[in-house]
Amino acid sequence: MSTVALTHAPGQSRAVPRLLIGLAFALTAIFVVAPLAFIFWRAFAEGWAVYLKNIADPLVLHAIWLTTLVAVIVVPVNIAFGIAVAWAIARFRFPGRKLLMVLIEIPFSISPIIAGICYLLLYGRQGLLGPWLAAHDLKVMFALPGIVLVTMFVTAPFVVREVLPLMQAQGSEQEQAAVTLGARGWQVFSRVTLPNIRWALLYGAVLCTARAVGEFGGVSVVSGSIRGQTNTLPLQIELMFNDLNTTGAFAAASTLTVIALVVLVVKAALESRR
Amino acid sequence: MTIRKLHVAALALMLGSSPALAQDKILNVSYDIARELFEALNPEFQAHWKEKTGRDVTIDQSHGGSSKQARAILEGLPADIVTFNQETDVDVLAQNGLVAENWREALPNGASPYYSLPAFLVRKGNPKGIKDWSDLARDDVQAVFPNPKTSGNGRYTYLAAYAYALTQEGGTPETAQEFVGKIFANVPVFDTGGRAATQTFAERNIGDVLITFEAETKGIAKQYEVQGFEAVTPATSLFAAFPVAVVAENAEKNGSTEVSTEYLNWLYSPEAQDTLAENHYRTTDEAVTAKYAAEFPEVKLLTVDEVFGGWQKVQDEHLAEGGILDKVFVNQ
Repeated sequence: MSTVALTHAPGQSRAVPRLLIGLAFALTAIFVVAPLAFIFWRAFAEGWAVYLKNIADPLVLHAIWLTTLVAVIVVPVNIAFGIAVAWAIARFRFPGRKLLMVLIEIPFSISPIIAGICYLLLYGRQGLLGPWLAAHDLKVMFALPGIVLVTMFVTAPFVVREVLPLMQAQGSEQEQAAVTLGARGWQVFSRVTLPNIRWALLYGAVLCTARAVGEFGGVSVVSGSIRGQTNTLPLQIELMFNDLNTTGAFAAASTLTVIALVVLVVKAALESRR
Repeated sequence: MTIRKLHVAALALMLGSSPALAQDKILNVSYDIARELFEALNPEFQAHWKEKTGRDVTIDQSHGGSSKQARAILEGLPADIVTFNQETDVDVLAQNGLVAENWREALPNGASPYYSLPAFLVRKGNPKGIKDWSDLARDDVQAVFPNPKTSGNGRYTYLAAYAYALTQEGGTPETAQEFVGKIFANVPVFDTGGRAATQTFAERNIGDVLITFEAETKGIAKQYEVQGFEAVTPATSLFAAFPVAVVAENAEKNGSTEVSTEYLNWLYSPEAQDTLAENHYRTTDEAVTAKYAAEFPEVKLLTVDEVFGGWQKVQDEHLAEGGILDKVFVNQ
C-alpha cells in the first residue's frame, strides 16, 4: 500500500527521491568504496616490487595457506551440517524443534570473541576438558583444531539460514512423490532435494567462506599468534600493522579484499540465478 | 637495509623449521612490538647453539599484548620462555606455578637482560622546546600517549610522570597528582595501545610530543625519517624492565629446559647485547653499554620499587578501580 507513496507521492517534487538516492550513493562511496580503494592505494604506495615482496614473505604466504586450509575444512562441514539441520527442521516434527532453530541462530547474536573465550575456557589448560586433553597430549587450543572449531562456531548458521526457508517454502510434495515412485532415501536427496536447494546452498556456502576467511575476533583468542604456525591472514595483517609495516599490512589486506570481492561477485551471480 | 635483514631472518626461519634430526625447539612468547628484535637475535642464537652443542634449534615466536600472552600461556599456549615488557605479567605466571616463584633472582638485573624508559618523540626541530617532564604540563603542549587504563606503555608514562613530580623538591602525592592531572588534561586523544598512539602522532599529526619507550622513539624516528621527528630523553625517568623467564612447566614437558635456559643466559652475552643496543634498548653488559654510550643520554632512573614500593602497591593504590589513576582521569 505504501509502495506508491514511497516512489512518488502526489504533489511532491521529484527532487526529494533524487536527493535521497544521491545521498545513498554518496554514503556508500564514503563508507564502503573509499576505504576499499584506500587499501589498494596504500598497498601499492611503494610500488609493485615492494608489494610482491610483502606478499611473498614466507609468513604472509603461510598465513594465506592457513586461512585457506581453515576455510577448506570449515565450509564442507558447514554445508553437511547445514543441510542436515535444515532437512530435520523442514521435514520433521519433533520435540525441541523450535529450540534447535533458536540455538542455530546463536552464533549470529554472540560476539565471536565470546565464542573464542568460551572455547578457551572449555578446552584450555585450566578449562573443563583441559587436563584430560593435556594428559592425552591432544592440542586443541593454540593449534589448528582450535582455530577450526571457533571458525565453525562463528559460521555455523550461514548454510542453514539460506537453505531452511527455501525447503520450508517448497514443501515436501516432490519428495513424497519420489518416494511413492520407489526412490530410495539417497536418490530422493540427490535427485530431488539437492537440485531444488542448490542455489541457496551455494549462496550459503559463499557467505560461509567469506566469513571463515575473514574471522578475526574469535580466532585471535585461540590462535596464540605463533608466527608461521597459527597466524591466520587477518591476524597476520594486524601483526604487520603493529610492526609499523603499514605497506605490508595493506598488501596482505589487499589479498583478503580480493578474496572478499571474488566472493561478492560469485554471490551476486548466484543471486541473479535464484 | 632493514628489508634485507628481514629477508635473511625470514630465510633463517624457513631453513630453521625444515625437519632435521636431533632438533631442539623453543617457543618464545613475547610482547607485540618485539618482532624485529627477535628476528635479529634468533639467528645469532641458533649459530651460538650450533657451535656450543652441534645441534640445530628452531625458535618459534608469538607476539601480542603481554597480558594477553600471559593469559594464553595460563590456558595452555606451550611457551618455553617468555620475554615480556611487563613484570606483572610474569608474576601472573609465577602465581600460577608456571614460572619459578623467584624468577627475578634467576638471572642478573632482576631477570631483565635489557631495559628501557619512557621518553619523548618531538616534531622536527623541537619547536615547543620540550626537554623534560615539566614541559609536558605546560598549557601550550599537547602530549600523546596511550590510555594507561588499557596499555602497559601508557601505564609507564603515567607512573614516570608521577614519579618525576613526587621526587621534585617539595613533591607530595598531592602535587604529583596535580602535575599528572595537568598533563592528562592536554592529551587530545587517548588511544588504546602504543601503536595506535604512534599513528595518531605520526600519521594524523596530532600533538606536540609522543611519549613511549625510548627504544620505540628511536625506531619510530627512523621509520618516519622524512618527517624528521627527534627523540628526546628526559633527565629523569622510570626504569622499565623487559623481564624474561623460563616457563618451567612447559619446558620440562617439552624437554627444552636446557636450550631455554641457555637462550635467556645468552641474552646477557656481549653478542646479544650488541644486537639489543642496535635495536635501541639499553643494555646491562658494561662493554656494550660503553660502546653505545653516545646514543643513550645519561638519565636518572627511578624504579617502581623505590618510588612506589613495588608493583603490588602500584596496582592497589594507583591502578585499581577508584585508585589514584581514576582520580586523575576524572579531575582533568
